[in-house]
Amino acid sequence: MQQAATGADAAASPCAVHLADLTIAFRLADRSTFTAVRDASLSVADGEFVAIVGPTGCGKSTLLNAAAGLLVPATGTVEIFGAPLVGLNRTAGYLFQADALFPWKTSLENVAIGLEVAGTPRQEARDEAAAWLRRVGLGSFGDRYPHMLSGGQRKRVGLAQVLIRHPKILLMDEPFGPLDAQTRQIMGNLLLELWSADRKGVMFVTHDLEEAIALADRVVIMSAGPAARIIGDWTIPLARPREVAEIKLDKAFHDLHREIWAMLRDEVMKGYVQTGGLG
Amino acid sequence: MSRLTLLTLQILVAVVVIGLWQVLTSVPIFGTVLLPPFFFSRPLDVALRIVKWFADGTIWVHLWITLTESVLAFVIGSLGGGLVGFWFARKPLIAAVFDPYVKMINALPRVVLAPIFALWLGLGIWSKVALGVTLVFFVVFFNVYQGVKEVSPTVLANGRMLGMSERQLMRHVYWPSALSWMFSSLHTSVGFAVVGAVVGEYLGSAAGLGYLIQQAEGVFDVAGVFAGMVVLAAFVIVIDMLVSMVERRLLVWRPMAHDAHG
Repeated sequence: MQQAATGADAAASPCAVHLADLTIAFRLADRSTFTAVRDASLSVADGEFVAIVGPTGCGKSTLLNAAAGLLVPATGTVEIFGAPLVGLNRTAGYLFQADALFPWKTSLENVAIGLEVAGTPRQEARDEAAAWLRRVGLGSFGDRYPHMLSGGQRKRVGLAQVLIRHPKILLMDEPFGPLDAQTRQIMGNLLLELWSADRKGVMFVTHDLEEAIALADRVVIMSAGPAARIIGDWTIPLARPREVAEIKLDKAFHDLHREIWAMLRDEVMKGYVQTGGLG
Repeated sequence: MSRLTLLTLQILVAVVVIGLWQVLTSVPIFGTVLLPPFFFSRPLDVALRIVKWFADGTIWVHLWITLTESVLAFVIGSLGGGLVGFWFARKPLIAAVFDPYVKMINALPRVVLAPIFALWLGLGIWSKVALGVTLVFFVVFFNVYQGVKEVSPTVLANGRMLGMSERQLMRHVYWPSALSWMFSSLHTSVGFAVVGAVVGEYLGSAAGLGYLIQQAEGVFDVAGVFAGMVVLAAFVIVIDMLVSMVERRLLVWRPMAHDAHG
């Protein structure tokens, strides 16, 4: 069993994301507080692909939102490339789980908007967007509105929308969650292909352990919520480039999967009981 | 059901109703005419009246006046409702302060305002426009307010993460969302604009379809009343078709060109 050192190498070069002793609490409607995450510490090196796996409702997304600056932690610090995060994380790109495209914009406009609001001239932004649409395999879908696209196609547009801004950190919240198994694998390969062309730090939240192992350099396991903690941190030494569907047939993959699953299983059961099995 | 069958059935309904009307007002049944033509007129008389109006051209000025009033009421009411709705949605404090007054004015049957407007603005078109505005304003206001309030939090967060400033969020997220809600209320607000114009005319004016109907009623000219109603109905249908065309054009990004008549 390999336990990666979290934060130990932070001193050498600043990590893309460094979360230290993060506690995140919400105030509920009845004025009680709900602690989603307690004392979580996690570092993501620049160019490293980290997958965060945990049972449903364990606060994985909460952790991601803290790194994005969408949530302010109750205690603890968030550092981005060595500097404390104030406000929104402008260096990060965020791929949401739910549909986040602007429904009133075509796919081309959706992809171009990130550049346009940053002051890139419209035509230049559109040309760049068209190139990104081709890169995600939607070259001829530029004039379609989101509702005319399939779930997988919308995710491709979302990916292009985020990557066109060349974010230094990629935050992904179960981005392929709503897709069918086949499409997930295709999207996983596409993601790896785009990521390996221009390696950035990635925080990839998923509840699918197989997906996590197939994609990531490191897999972090969170306990069942509330007050979820990070309970495991595994390096995935599988060679790259990887083919998401084929790597799952690999023996090394199976060994890793068995080992990590043994730990995750208990937490999944706990989470299942706590959410009444609804999640 | 095929289009043709449907159309045939639809026409059949009109034929049966108009036929019954004609028969009951002109053919004595068991010695009496069931619907006295003095009170119910006859379809043929109504049709002749309409033909006469169009033939001698007297109808055009009334149609034009009613159209002008409706369009003005719609434009002013929509602009006002849209701007105030947007403003209130972005400033919850102001919305909270004005909330009881908005509810109060909206609960008021707008017809009672007609005499006030006639006093303030005279018997010309502006008192009718004002009445229409009070109707249109609230429809658009509530829809835009809702539209801004119900922007998907994910889309909003996405806008923020893509680097949008507050102003850019307005332009690229809040405003399109509000507009889409406003357009879905287009049929209702256009209808209300016409209602405001016609009711205003009916209560006191010198021209317009409402005036025409009111005049006919004043001299017990039932054929004139019905003829006015038919022209008015046709007028509203034409406007509604225009609205549908505009809607289809503006809401291309919508999943379907649904007809929200609510």
